Amino acid sequence: MEKKVLMKGNEAIAEAAIRAGCRHYFGYPITPQTEIAAYMAKRMPKIGGTFLQAESEIAAINMVYGVASAGLRVMTSSSSPGVSLKGEGLSYLAGADLPALVVNVQRGGPGLGGIQPSQSDYFQATRGAGHGDFRMIVLAPASVQEMAELTVKAFDLADKYRMTSMLLADGTMGQMMEPVALDDLKITPMPEKPWATTGTKMERKRNIINSLSLVPEELEQFNFARYEKYAKIEREEARAEEYRMEDAEICVAAFGIASRVSRNAVDAAREMGIKVGLIRPITLWPYPVEAFKRSLSTVKKYVSVELNMGQMIEDVRLATECRRPVTLCNRAGGMIPTPEQVLEAIKAAANGGEN
Amino acid sequence: MKTKRITLFVGHYGSGKTNIAVNYALALAKERPPVAVADLDIVNPYFRSKDSLADLEAAGVRLIASPYAGGNLDLPALPQEMYAVTDDKTLTAVLDVGGDDRGALALGRLTPAILEENDFECLAVVNRYRPLTGTPAETLEVLREIEGAGGVPITGIVNNSNLGRETTPADVLASVEYAEEVSRLSGLPVKMTTAERGVYASLTGKIPDLFPLDLQKKIG
Repeated sequence: MEKKVLMKGNEAIAEAAIRAGCRHYFGYPITPQTEIAAYMAKRMPKIGGTFLQAESEIAAINMVYGVASAGLRVMTSSSSPGVSLKGEGLSYLAGADLPALVVNVQRGGPGLGGIQPSQSDYFQATRGAGHGDFRMIVLAPASVQEMAELTVKAFDLADKYRMTSMLLADGTMGQMMEPVALDDLKITPMPEKPWATTGTKMERKRNIINSLSLVPEELEQFNFARYEKYAKIEREEARAEEYRMEDAEICVAAFGIASRVSRNAVDAAREMGIKVGLIRPITLWPYPVEAFKRSLSTVKKYVSVELNMGQMIEDVRLATECRRPVTLCNRAGGMIPTPEQVLEAIKAAANGGEN
Repeated sequence: MKTKRITLFVGHYGSGKTNIAVNYALALAKERPPVAVADLDIVNPYFRSKDSLADLEAAGVRLIASPYAGGNLDLPALPQEMYAVTDDKTLTAVLDVGGDDRGALALGRLTPAILEENDFECLAVVNRYRPLTGTPAETLEVLREIEGAGGVPITGIVNNSNLGRETTPADVLASVEYAEEVSRLSGLPVKMTTAERGVYASLTGKIPDLFPLDLQKKIG
């Protein structure tokens, strides 16, 4: 019998991070992600790791910067308002080309908002987590098992490309409990990091980690190089799950918890004879453009299902080059669309409803 | 089991305390009225006995909960009516305590009165399929921390080993040995083993003191 444990999404992230070799966690409590910190607080001392509750989210992200500079796997986690506080640090991590994992278990906003689930930090994660030209790899799990798998994947990608990976979950994903097969996780060893500040032992030139660059000609070159790397990631790392898309004339686009609701609605609509499928982006950046381009051969209309006022819908339009109508089916402020609501949106699209 | 006036459910975070407390109170409603459930959870703002308010009210069970429980205010507040648990000796009380030692801390105000009256059962809910209580030794460590924080000695074990909706009868059967080992290490009896209604029928007669659970749904 395969060995499974019953875990909360937040706990699965923490345990998977430990198994991926992360021994340094810095954070500050905020609902609905506090179980990550609580789990780390219990486990890290037992395995020779560091758990530190920082004085603020800003302090935590800068501690991440420090450990990442030393070439070790490191993470922090927070929820929406806390991630906003980390914005400056995220930009510095990008400017210094440092690998790290940042988890955002989103809640309703803007402002202090509420504690119920949301996907309204999509823009922040995929476009503007901080100042300057930079990207983060953004992964969107849709089950507790995937919370664990994508945490491992996030560390791998961060190290591979020397940049920040963000796991973008929501309050439901963080709080829900599902069986997880942790032993199935594919752990790859951390790559060599010759750039890390590990001490020269007087045997090599010193390594410097820095994001300050006062010569504009040089800073421009750094940006060009970084965007060449981003272009490679866009070509090679985009991932999506396609569900019942073979002959789909309607395509639902949804990630995370919205995709689970949508899947039920797709099944219900299929039973009514509507040719509908689901594209579930697993990477939000890079966005799985190819999956959408392929879908254009059969799909006539798209429905973007989101727990926000319509953010990913922009990427659906970009990926399909605005060649088809895209409608929005959404709830906001901590509310979750029901399968019935999504089904109605699918039916409206099938009946040639408003665009 | 012979019912004490106060039954406390303590245990590891996410072990199933709230669900069991609600089911247990509903079972007691006929047997030993009047029954009240007191929600003393100051740890988790999401999964609360208040989610089962309609079922409890229908069965005539009084819910003692903070006005903020189950709301969107992440406020670790205790209900002002909680003293009814120790003051009103006619009440059969079920206490839904928050997870881990942090949750058990909330018992502090009630502990002296509970110990003085000495008509209580303090049941530790355990689930071998939870990652931090996967072995009997780890489980015992958590139970000791809870006792230390709450001050009420644990008097029995509730084996609530499950994998959520995927739980099979074999999963429950495979947990019996674990529960017995926790019992042996702690010197505490296994008071009951729970089984969700879907697998309960196929387990009756195979496990002693089997207690059926109806899954309380999260509302709102």
